[in-house]
Amino acid sequence: MALTNETIQAQLEAKFEGQVTAFSTETGMLSFESPAALNLKVMQYLFDELGFSFLSDLCGVHYPDNTDSELVVVYHLHNFVENIRLRYSIAVPVAKPDVFTASKLFEAANWMERETYDFFGINFVGHPNLKRILNVEEMDYFPMRKEFPLEDQTRIDKDDEMFGRG
Amino acid sequence: MEAQHNITLPEGSIEKKTTTLNFGPTHPATHGVFQNIMEIDGERVVSTEQSVGFIHRAFEKLAERRNLYQITPITDRLNYCSSPLNNMGWHLTCEKFLKVETPKRVDYLRIIIMELARISDHLICNSIVGVDTGAYTGFLYVMQYRELIYEIYEEVCGSRLTTNIGRIGGFERNFTNTAFTKLEKFLNEYPKVLKEFESLFTRNRIFMERTQGTGGISAARAMNYGFTGPNLRATGVDYDVRVANPYSSYQDFDFTVPVGSTGDNYDRFLVRNAEMWQSISIIKQAYEKVQEFKGTEAEIFHADIPAYYLPKKEDVYNNMEALIWHFKIIMGEVDLPKGQIYNPIEGANGELGFYLVSDGGRTPFRLHFRRPCFIYYQAYPELITGGMLSDAVVTMSSLNLIAGELDA
Repeated sequence: MALTNETIQAQLEAKFEGQVTAFSTETGMLSFESPAALNLKVMQYLFDELGFSFLSDLCGVHYPDNTDSELVVVYHLHNFVENIRLRYSIAVPVAKPDVFTASKLFEAANWMERETYDFFGINFVGHPNLKRILNVEEMDYFPMRKEFPLEDQTRIDKDDEMFGRG
Repeated sequence: MEAQHNITLPEGSIEKKTTTLNFGPTHPATHGVFQNIMEIDGERVVSTEQSVGFIHRAFEKLAERRNLYQITPITDRLNYCSSPLNNMGWHLTCEKFLKVETPKRVDYLRIIIMELARISDHLICNSIVGVDTGAYTGFLYVMQYRELIYEIYEEVCGSRLTTNIGRIGGFERNFTNTAFTKLEKFLNEYPKVLKEFESLFTRNRIFMERTQGTGGISAARAMNYGFTGPNLRATGVDYDVRVANPYSSYQDFDFTVPVGSTGDNYDRFLVRNAEMWQSISIIKQAYEKVQEFKGTEAEIFHADIPAYYLPKKEDVYNNMEALIWHFKIIMGEVDLPKGQIYNPIEGANGELGFYLVSDGGRTPFRLHFRRPCFIYYQAYPELITGGMLSDAVVTMSSLNLIAGELDA
């Protein structure tokens, strides 16, 4: 049976009984969410049953305004045989950003999770070597979080209101 | 890491314990800023840990404060051996996100530039593999022809290495006749050169002995490690984004996806060489298609999107509408639509993906680059453990690691 976005959605809904939610299709790519604790179960199911055996991308996003789900981990998975991609995201609170590591499922996730930890401080539980990768090890903050503005906000000689977010 | 040092070796080893070797970050054989802390037993690699990030420049953070057109120069600095591919990938992402349709002529011109960039990238990689196995001649010989490619870039966009080529919607100006003349010169001269380059290496006994059976990986492991591009194809998986998810009218072209079987250094070399032949054929087809546009059709070099494509300078001076758009674009006053997009293209060393999240502001809320190098460099210990140190050097160059892309 050929996989389509609809059949994937139907199978996920049947398997996880309403736990996998927020289905949408934007520019042809199916995306959905689930509670953070389910991430390995969902990805294992996608890997074993639906053939999503290639992790294209894993990254974090910080939404400071979403209380208790500030940090989001986004997985892009790819099924080579059916040539279909999907986006799967989970959200965790910034106070306790614990996510189970996918590095046992995909070797590729190892460094991508280290990068996500490095920039967003998401703690990948069970990761074999969770330490900073691109930044210096002495760094004590997570620079891609939105509370760190790119430019020095104390400067008063420059009005940046015209250029997007201040 | 501490536990990894001074591993006691079994009976029969040359030494009693392993030696720690700092390989890089500024070693001539690493071609870029890569550090490896290796444990070696004599000349055999027992284990290694890579250390990356030496030229990290926070591109993703920078992009959160820049308008779409200001992000293009950032992408130049990812894989700087094939900047036009990154630029085009970014433009295609923006266009897909903004739902812009580009004219066919633009697609074909882009394909010419993208395939030239692929040739120049593969050319560097393969000739460097030659250098690392002791054959400098091939490298010096083909450099001259990379120069011809750079001259074409120069004619199209004005710069050579960090090109910032093209704009959202098309090109900044039409290709000149000189550009086409230079392209013809390249198409005439290059096949002979590539043939000669292949006859220097492909069946060269020394080269084969050095590269066959070293740095190999199975298709299943390569996929699990997230390999893409020539490195994945060398293991026998025929995954190519140009075929799987055609963009920029690649579906109009006739080409094959070369694959290897063992995934070793030799296969990677062969796959890259075969891809260069395919690229030449694609460029020829694209050039023929471009020549079919006559009259006013041959003047089309961009899509009509006033909110993102800068108007002509004379219009800015004489026309109010154009002046307004010029001002709005330069000052970054165009709000993006809300949404997310992940758009992959076939970069020179694999799937180069752009994940763009917009909250409706003027700059991306989040932009993530899927850099193929970063992902497949993880497999390096698995590729070299148990092999000779000198093979580790060849493996590193045949993976085509580009520090700029790896560290973003």
